Amino acid sequence: MTDFIVNLAYFIAAVLFIYGLKQMASPNNARSGIQWAGAGMVLATVITFIHPQIHSNYILMILAIGIGGGLAWYTGKRVAMTDMPQMIALYNGMGGGAAAAIAGVELLKRHDLPLGVQLMAVLGALIGSIAFSGSLVAFAKLQGIKAFSGVIRFKSQQMVNASLFGVTVLIGLVIAFSGTDYSLFTLFIFFVLALAFGVMMTLPIGGADMPVVISLYNALTGLAVGFEGYVLGNPAMMIAGIVVGSAGTLLTQLMAKAMNRPISNVLFSQFGGGTGEAQAVTGSMKAIESPDAAIMMAFAEKVIIIPGYGMAVAQAQHKIQELTKVLTERGVKVKFAIHPVAGRMPGHMNVLLAEAGVPYDMIYDLDEINEEFGTADVALVIGANDVVNPVARTDPNSPIFGMPILNADHAKNVIVIKRGQGAGFSGVENHLFFADNCRMLYGDGQKVASELVNAVKEL
Amino acid sequence: MDGFTALYIFMLAAFTGYEVISKVPVILHTPLMSGSNFVHGIVLVGAMVALGQAETGTETLIGFIAVLLGAGNAVGGYVVTERMLEMFKSSNKGASKA
Repeated sequence: MTDFIVNLAYFIAAVLFIYGLKQMASPNNARSGIQWAGAGMVLATVITFIHPQIHSNYILMILAIGIGGGLAWYTGKRVAMTDMPQMIALYNGMGGGAAAAIAGVELLKRHDLPLGVQLMAVLGALIGSIAFSGSLVAFAKLQGIKAFSGVIRFKSQQMVNASLFGVTVLIGLVIAFSGTDYSLFTLFIFFVLALAFGVMMTLPIGGADMPVVISLYNALTGLAVGFEGYVLGNPAMMIAGIVVGSAGTLLTQLMAKAMNRPISNVLFSQFGGGTGEAQAVTGSMKAIESPDAAIMMAFAEKVIIIPGYGMAVAQAQHKIQELTKVLTERGVKVKFAIHPVAGRMPGHMNVLLAEAGVPYDMIYDLDEINEEFGTADVALVIGANDVVNPVARTDPNSPIFGMPILNADHAKNVIVIKRGQGAGFSGVENHLFFADNCRMLYGDGQKVASELVNAVKEL
Repeated sequence: MDGFTALYIFMLAAFTGYEVISKVPVILHTPLMSGSNFVHGIVLVGAMVALGQAETGTETLIGFIAVLLGAGNAVGGYVVTERMLEMFKSSNKGASKA
């Protein structure tokens, strides 16, 4: 009877997860989607306390849920919207770690498992460990923790990583095929190497690629959870895990495609290794002051705003929303153009703008808006760089050549709000900034945006 | 569980995940990644089973860590996803609710 209740609850939970994800696919229902999925999670968790295979450690269980859940609740509620990407990485890493730990407990018992089950346990352990340590490094990089920030490379790194991976897989196979004969030491070494590989694999990857990497680890955690679900004979874990595994893989592909770089390129870091000489820049950067920029926009018919990660760093989204409001009140048509990889995650900018109160029907994708730049009087670039760099269209030697970009340079006037004169994340000089129709508005994004708001109001 | 039953489950789940994501507008990619991150928080359930069966000290310790991490995944994933989705508002609020 308990068996039946538990299985029924897991079945309902699996249905709710899929239904919830489906709801999340449309902006109007998205919020109810997560709530349905949340209900499924609560149901599954509560029912697990009467799971027939559980016979001890109830107090520890409640304690662990209290501590882990409490800390996650606290940090999740408190974190600023701009820091969301690394929090997702962190929580994802925890899931991967949990899957690996489940495998650890099962393998420690050395009960005589069928070969298929044992293989799955080892595979889940490997993938879960990589997702765990890899996600933590991704978190550290995005959080700006010094030791991990930047791109860490050394000689023959790829060889080292490949050998490390090979050895780890080999030990894993030995464990999987040796029935109950493997030693605990072998098991220990296996986990250590798998964790080390996750770290090594993530170290050479730069911040700009983190969204793709986090998405990949999200998919990996899903797979690990699915495999461990098989080991435990738990269909809810199998379904939820594999659904996330395949959804995450597709999402990773979509992101990599948006950057026009194959996933292998992201992982094995060919970025910045452009061959041949880059095209020389002609012209010079021309500065503009806020009052003049405000006049340009206030008397324009159409303004397209292109936000980038710089806007998030400067926390300028609220001021930009105000600017949008005062311009709209004057009858200026304002639209937002979002590049698929603007910010540190696809949709990152959308979330920030939504937080600031910009209605989402003013926000357009690259495909929807790129033709419109020709009819725009002003393109306002705030904190974006590589995604508006025309060399992606013109210079085959550039490392970002071929990446689809927003055609800001087609607008009659371009205003770029930027802190300093440096190059973008890719380290590529931006030819847009040197174009005749482009003016640079130097300063902190938030400060400049509020100057613009005041200047427009005074007109 | 029968290996082939498992294979069928994996296969159907994989297609389901693919279908669910393939129709999503770009603006929802981050919330959806976050949402799917929450969904694999179901690992908590497995972690509880592992801890509930643990006998030796080491097993108990690792099981405890598993539940701790799993709970963090599930709760944290839910909180950040909900906070993100809360922000999606249309400019014509009344109409969008319908």
